[in-house]
Amino acid sequence: MIFKLSPSAGHPLYSQVVQQVRHAIETAVLRDGDVLPGIRTLAQELMVSPNTIAKAYSELEHAGLLDLRHGSGAYVMAKRRLKSRAEQIRAAQERVQVLVEGLHADGFSDEEIQRMFAAELFFDTSPESKP
Amino acid sequence: MNEGLAIETNVLTKQYGQVRAVNQLSLRVPREQITAFLGRNGAGKSTTIKMLLAITSPSSGTGWVLGKIIRDASQNREMRRDVAYVVEDKQVYSYMTVEQMIRFARSFYADWQNEKESRLLKQFQLPLRQKVKALSKGMRTKLALLLALARQPQLLILDEPSEGLDPVSIEELLQEIINAASSGVTVFFSSHQISEVERIADRVCIIDHGHLRVDTSLDAIRREYRRITLSFDGNAPPISPSFPGVQQIKTSGRQIALLARESADAVVELARDMHPTSVEVTPVDLREVFLETVKES
Repeated sequence: MIFKLSPSAGHPLYSQVVQQVRHAIETAVLRDGDVLPGIRTLAQELMVSPNTIAKAYSELEHAGLLDLRHGSGAYVMAKRRLKSRAEQIRAAQERVQVLVEGLHADGFSDEEIQRMFAAELFFDTSPESKP
Repeated sequence: MNEGLAIETNVLTKQYGQVRAVNQLSLRVPREQITAFLGRNGAGKSTTIKMLLAITSPSSGTGWVLGKIIRDASQNREMRRDVAYVVEDKQVYSYMTVEQMIRFARSFYADWQNEKESRLLKQFQLPLRQKVKALSKGMRTKLALLLALARQPQLLILDEPSEGLDPVSIEELLQEIINAASSGVTVFFSSHQISEVERIADRVCIIDHGHLRVDTSLDAIRREYRRITLSFDGNAPPISPSFPGVQQIKTSGRQIALLARESADAVVELARDMHPTSVEVTPVDLREVFLETVKES
């Protein structure tokens, strides 16, 4: 999968990795049995400390989304219910789209809308962003 | 002395005449992590590193590197077996060719990795037959890096390793730092390149005028440092300079900007008592943290 990390985004890099893997599983970009690169390989590819990847992988293992036992790689564990999750995300995306269109119609710029979303989300520390 | 630390100093001080280059520095560098050492020119980074490596002796205070006390000559020799370093004035034997230099270094270390040597040699495109003194600054840095990385050190200390390197070479250097760290090597490096530090470091120490000013993890900066901008209907009300949890306060017209080091939520709660018309919270990146820390006050 393709990761996009932002060092200055205000979230630890490891939690960005966790979130992106979660999202990829939820949207079926990653499926049961897929293999993610080893810690060294992914750290070099993303130019981050290997500890960042190790921490992300161990959190994903803890959440039951990754199997690290084999030693040879990180196996994705994605069981049922994920399809419905993908549909939920699609439905939510549509709601956001309607909301954004409404705000555009009221004359708000993209930047203003982005700021409103950011302000709403910033203090809503989701479980992923906790240590 | 703490076993979990690769480097520990206790009020380490270096005085040059009237100038305290390093002032009561108490540094803690955990094992198996990448720690960046930031500071302006002349802040005391190189002097600190030279004291750690016993190239310079401290005026007072002490320190341990891999559990070996830095002021003891015999412990020093032991320490150097497990520490590889690349420092500013690299004491390489300039009359030798690159090839002779590598062969010379290889003879000292039983655990020299020939495979790594040839891989780095190829990657860095070092001219084997050229004399070391005829190498460009970037090439000399690459040679020093090869000599440091071809060993299997426990600790890698780099003083401004990316200085004089072109962008492609910097990328290669960072890859090698990550590669070493993946094998469990502790890395301590000083740098001016904030963007590279922000990506690869686990921790950052900022030194200014010889004092340690910041010692934290990059995760903590991302999670906790916030810029909080308050806007008001009229002129911004006066604000106590000792606002709890706030490192810096700037007032301009109808706005107040706060830099929160921790618990931004609590700061926002307190700030709401001032009845601002809007509160905006944005993350703070390492560049801002660095500039705010070393700015002349």
